[in-house]
Amino acid sequence: MSGSAVLLQFLNGLASASALFLVAAGLSLIFGVTRIVNFAHGSLFMLGMYLALALVPHVGFWWSLPLAALGVAAFGALLERLLLRRLYAAPELLQLLATFALVLVIKDFALWAWGPEDLLGPRAPGLDGAVRIAGRSFPEYDLFLIVCGPLVLGVLWVLLRRTRWGTLVRAATQDREMASALGVNQHLLFSGVFALGALLAGLGGALQLPREPATLSIDLQIITDAFVVVVVGGLGSIPGAFVAALLIGEIKAFSIALGYAEFTLAAEFVVMAIVLVVRPWGLLGRVPAVQRGPAAVEPPLATPSRGVLLALAAVACALFALPLASGDYTLVLLTDILLFALFAVSLHFLMGPGGMLSFGHAAYFGLGAYGAGLLMLKGGTPMVVALFAAPLAAGVAAVVFGWFCVRLSGVYLAMLTLAFAQIVWSIVYQWDAFTGGSNGLIGVWPDAWLSGRIAYYYLTLAVSLTAIGFLWRTLYAPFGYALRASRDSPLRAGAIGIDVRAHQWAAFVFAGLFAGLAGALYAFSKGSISPEALAVPRSVDGLVMVLLGGVHTLTGPVWGAALFTWLQDSVSRGFDYWRAAIGAVILLLVLVLPGGLGSLLRARRPA
Amino acid sequence: MRQLVVRDLAKSYGGVQALRGVSFAVGAGEVVAMIGPNGAGKSTCFDILNGQLAPDRGAAELEGRSLLGLAPHRIWRLGVGRTFQIAATFTSMTVRENVQVALLSHRRRLWSLTTTTAHALAGEAEALLERAGILEQAGRPSDVLAYGDLKRLELALALANEPRLLLMDEPTAGMAPTERDALMDLVAGLARTAGTAVLFTEHDMDVVFTHAHRVLVLAEGELIAEGPPEAVRADPRVRQVYLGSDDA
Repeated sequence: MSGSAVLLQFLNGLASASALFLVAAGLSLIFGVTRIVNFAHGSLFMLGMYLALALVPHVGFWWSLPLAALGVAAFGALLERLLLRRLYAAPELLQLLATFALVLVIKDFALWAWGPEDLLGPRAPGLDGAVRIAGRSFPEYDLFLIVCGPLVLGVLWVLLRRTRWGTLVRAATQDREMASALGVNQHLLFSGVFALGALLAGLGGALQLPREPATLSIDLQIITDAFVVVVVGGLGSIPGAFVAALLIGEIKAFSIALGYAEFTLAAEFVVMAIVLVVRPWGLLGRVPAVQRGPAAVEPPLATPSRGVLLALAAVACALFALPLASGDYTLVLLTDILLFALFAVSLHFLMGPGGMLSFGHAAYFGLGAYGAGLLMLKGGTPMVVALFAAPLAAGVAAVVFGWFCVRLSGVYLAMLTLAFAQIVWSIVYQWDAFTGGSNGLIGVWPDAWLSGRIAYYYLTLAVSLTAIGFLWRTLYAPFGYALRASRDSPLRAGAIGIDVRAHQWAAFVFAGLFAGLAGALYAFSKGSISPEALAVPRSVDGLVMVLLGGVHTLTGPVWGAALFTWLQDSVSRGFDYWRAAIGAVILLLVLVLPGGLGSLLRARRPA
Repeated sequence: MRQLVVRDLAKSYGGVQALRGVSFAVGAGEVVAMIGPNGAGKSTCFDILNGQLAPDRGAAELEGRSLLGLAPHRIWRLGVGRTFQIAATFTSMTVRENVQVALLSHRRRLWSLTTTTAHALAGEAEALLERAGILEQAGRPSDVLAYGDLKRLELALALANEPRLLLMDEPTAGMAPTERDALMDLVAGLARTAGTAVLFTEHDMDVVFTHAHRVLVLAEGELIAEGPPEAVRADPRVRQVYLGSDDA
């Protein structure tokens, strides 16, 4: 690479950093004041793109920018009023899930409004040429973008440091309770901040139009990048977001220019890992302000009564007897339900007793599935060996990712799990030669003696029940108590000799291993694997299953998995907007039945 | 014999010096009170000795082994028990289970995946609860306990590893006077029979002057007086510090 090429790539990196900065700054602002990590922030960026695109024919490119940004800001204010306002006092899990549900709803809205095809953006009139820099041509528009980043940083600085509103925002960021005690009108402030954050995201999306087409998948791409940026820069710090956006923008530009597009995410991962180890709260971040008030209190883990154990045994017996009296369709559905029940139980193990929220559990499910497929297709491993060796692939990933994750908690942890999962997905999706890329793998069939529906059903039944039984059993063992102790009070746990991180790390690995086992069972039941097995929607499926059943109950995730899988199977056929429907169900659950189905059972029974 | 030896401990947060080079020792079987106004550095000192904070400089040794640079869970293994100013217990567990976890930790059995916690060391847990005076609460969830009972549970947890050093941050806050004396008598008995070194902070001067063998007075991060309760009570510098605050 010559000197001039390096310079041009550097400028290219600066240009792409601007969009990243706008999104990350909005995310940071909203988090600072409302303490909500808005998973739908990438969706607001996407809306900005589509909205600008729709406006261009009517008002021209330059007017479409502010109008799209204002449109997204108005939409953001509406979201805050109708939805988020009801969630400020809710547990973190529900807040994150609700904004996640918005991702699904907004994506399907865009699908309905603008269709599935990528839409090319217009050129910017007046800036559609190129300038010569160091003997090479460079788009004028990218120069404009390079200026936009620092310009917005400056405007935000003035707004936050030189206006009364900004003072209130900073006060609320540092101490929400104190600010409200001093008579700050919280409703107005929160709506305003959310609208501003949405405006920045929408503007970022609109500005990006001349550089890349509007696509439905941009929402998760940009939110993953934004998470990496805020983790590196420090959540809540605007200058931190700026510095980190520059860093990540340059990494992207140079890895693409050097011909290692696949390497981009790995490079981001390495940077993020280094920052997390050296400065866990980001380059310019501060240790999060102490939240007053009691933490969420989890109910004690009841020892199952004889009646409950008998009921569970009866369910197991019925499952064993079932093939005698049911058709193929029921068996296939039940096979799905059983392996997803294992997936949901492994996720619940992590987020319930483990207290670690994961938005990327599908990564381990998918690694188990791909591990099984690759062992058999590329390694020639016998199927039964592949089935039980594949979870180790997921386990190894959990060892690596878990090491970082147990160093964080709450929203940082949730963002990190999503970022890791997105990285795994990208690698699988891009590595055509090994994983089959977007086509996935085919011909992953079980051995002949297991290939009948009934035989495979029994295999899945035996493996899932054993694995679920093992996970539940550990919760009643000292290990499970040490894990819950670490969640209830890390301070006290440490002071009585519990190595909190080691127990959480082990729980992370267990959860990964068993999700991987579920994935391997899934691969052989379908005969093929596609990248969807480890994409973010699969992680959301797991969360919905756990939430549907109730995170506070042990058996809840199993019932949740059953209901969800059955619903998906019977409703999703021929219905294009299934994701939006799931999103709506999540929102309904979060607002109406936050304790899940299990809470209904418990409410009827006297304590 | 000197159980705990602290030399020149210093810690600052940003520009604020919380501890400015504090040195003291606590002998085996000795009950020592650390007093001082809010912000004097007591909690900082405790958090350093218990591994929650790292000091800027200084040394702290228990029976010749350094406590500094170790994570809290390793410090417990060296024989340090701790109660917190704001009670920290496992709220999803019963009182008995709280103590069982601490006992299992002491026996290094927390990695067991297949034994049943409910059956593990229940008798010993109840014996500890009886010593702490809350046996009748054993089956209740720990998050419904009254404040005084929480403090007693904290003490039971801190005693689970038969500590060589017991650090108690305001052990009797929220208790009635008779309860305070009962708890401190229990602690004094422990120091006498097991030779445990006890270091506690306390805002209630009656408790301090009744139960402490020796008193350390901290003010603005410095040790300004040290000695038997009567001598400290008469010390003019101590009187001056306390006249200027609401804590006496």
